Amino acid sequence: MATVDNPSSSASSNLDAVNGSSSAAENGAENGSATSPKKRGVPEGLWIKCPGCSASVYRKEVERRANVCPKCEHHFYVSARERIAQVLDEGTFEPMDEHLRPTDPLEFADRKRYSERLLSEQRRTGLTDAAITGTGMIRARRVAFAVTDSAFIMGSMGSVVGERLTRLIEWATRENMPLIIISGSGGGARMHEGILSLMQMAKVSAALARYDQAGGLFISVLTNPTMGGVAASFASLGDLVFAEPKALIGFAGPRTIKATIGIELPEGFQTSEFLLEHGYIDRIVTRKNLKSEIARAIDYCGK
Amino acid sequence: MDLAPGLEFEREVFLLETQLAELEKQTDRTPEAEETIRRLRGEVNDALRALYSNLDPWQTVQVARHKNRPYTRDYLNLAFDEFVELHGDKHFGDDRALLSGFAKIDRFKVMIVGHHKGRTYKERAASHFGCAHPEGYRKVMSKMRLAEKYKLPLICLIDTPGAYPGIGAEERGQAQVIAESMFKMSRLQTPVICVVIGEGGSGGALGIGVGDRVAVLEHAYYSVISPEGCAGILWKSHQYAPKAAAALRFTSRDLRGLGVVDDVLPEPLGGAHRDHRQMAACLKSYLTRTLTQLEAKPIDELVDERYEKFRRIGQFIEEPVAPAAAS
Ligand SMILES: [Zn+2]
Repeated sequence: MATVDNPSSSASSNLDAVNGSSSAAENGAENGSATSPKKRGVPEGLWIKCPGCSASVYRKEVERRANVCPKCEHHFYVSARERIAQVLDEGTFEPMDEHLRPTDPLEFADRKRYSERLLSEQRRTGLTDAAITGTGMIRARRVAFAVTDSAFIMGSMGSVVGERLTRLIEWATRENMPLIIISGSGGGARMHEGILSLMQMAKVSAALARYDQAGGLFISVLTNPTMGGVAASFASLGDLVFAEPKALIGFAGPRTIKATIGIELPEGFQTSEFLLEHGYIDRIVTRKNLKSEIARAIDYCGK
Repeated sequence: MDLAPGLEFEREVFLLETQLAELEKQTDRTPEAEETIRRLRGEVNDALRALYSNLDPWQTVQVARHKNRPYTRDYLNLAFDEFVELHGDKHFGDDRALLSGFAKIDRFKVMIVGHHKGRTYKERAASHFGCAHPEGYRKVMSKMRLAEKYKLPLICLIDTPGAYPGIGAEERGQAQVIAESMFKMSRLQTPVICVVIGEGGSGGALGIGVGDRVAVLEHAYYSVISPEGCAGILWKSHQYAPKAAAALRFTSRDLRGLGVVDDVLPEPLGGAHRDHRQMAACLKSYLTRTLTQLEAKPIDELVDERYEKFRRIGQFIEEPVAPAAAS
């Protein structure tokens, strides 16, 4: 029996950030290695062990339920592509700015060159960078749509993610289109592009401020995990903020906090439910209902 | 002068400076002593020039964190004519890591906000060494709104290792307030000048960092993550901080080259910590000069240019759009 952990939950438990906007890609570092398991949705194998309830569940059954555990409603990782299929009307998605490719402006190298890491991440995930943007329909309403994939260098934001989101937001502003961004990022601002990544937070937030002024409706959906510089920029700026159940969401990584304050963190700290309780989330929405909830919100806002 | 040991790479200069200070203390000096003083001064200056014209990134971090480096309060005393502190986030509490208030500089009345690390142990503990909580960002956002309403230019002095990582900070929306602050600053209808005076630590710095001009002091740094944090994650050990510091390209020269800062303010010989007055005079002249430039512009134009300035930041390849080819 395969007992691979849910990739995104193992990623979140490995967060080891010093500060918020980079509660960063510890796993991103590992992702590059040839030995890491293929990060595609639910782990391989006929039966899998659910990290939520420890039960052995039938993989096909999990997949049939949009990667949600049938026993405990644990929400497994879904890739950006699967997410598009789950949320948008079939065949309506038209990608934008696919021709933007990441580069290595700092000529950054840790134990591996960033330029090589990019290539191996691209090969492994089939993505060019951590965000897909474009337009599509949700229950026959046209929207500007973006989703980040937490498997690509921890879903971290570098220049390409920042630029794609900004272009999408500017387009949505011109076209007076509702904007949906589904975030999944354990990495926050991507360290490998240094200060340029940090500045994407300001760039995207500024674009959202213009969009807001023009009367645009922005629905931000937080999924496991949404941390650091992604949480501290566009993900928190929705007119409406939804979150999937039990997602890890926060500024600083749990390990950093624990190392700073030296005490155990309370049960359920930095989960969707914790954020709802503290007033930072409008609704917790299960994956099954996400599409209809988004459509309904758009209706209420008259968009 | 405030002599400070502590920077390992400055050890020799420090010994010379100590020797010099001893001699300078004597009241009736012999001609030989005068000669020695002249010679030592020359040696100190030469040594400092050699060191500081070529600081490596890790040394820059040490200088930016120097305990005698001028902090926001020092600049308030030395570069501004008056400071009327305004507390009050009207929500939770008074964060000592972020100060805000009215201030006068030259002929300008301004709103100033700045991180403050604190000089004494008590001050440092109260401000968490310059790591702000959500109430700090809420406080400064409310002062930014005042600045906008009463047409006061906003000056932001940035000096923080990062926003505070703690339970209360998360409970009170650390991510939320930093996002909101950038969002609001990007459209604030008044001139905004941001200067990184020491440490520009990640989101905690950027939370007060969206302005018409962003400047950095020569030996300050501005980074997506602390070198220790980056080393811990990517090299699996904090010991690699000097390597991470070099890889992150965050010195003033790099920041200028990457198009992230508009101006670099030169520091006195041997760093700002050696001469607070000279550093403050340099900052003052930069601020008054820039305020004069910015006040001449219509506000709509200014806010549009502010947008475009951040809009341009980032590097990527834009491939020609070709008919779909399987890759
Ligand atoms: Zn389960």
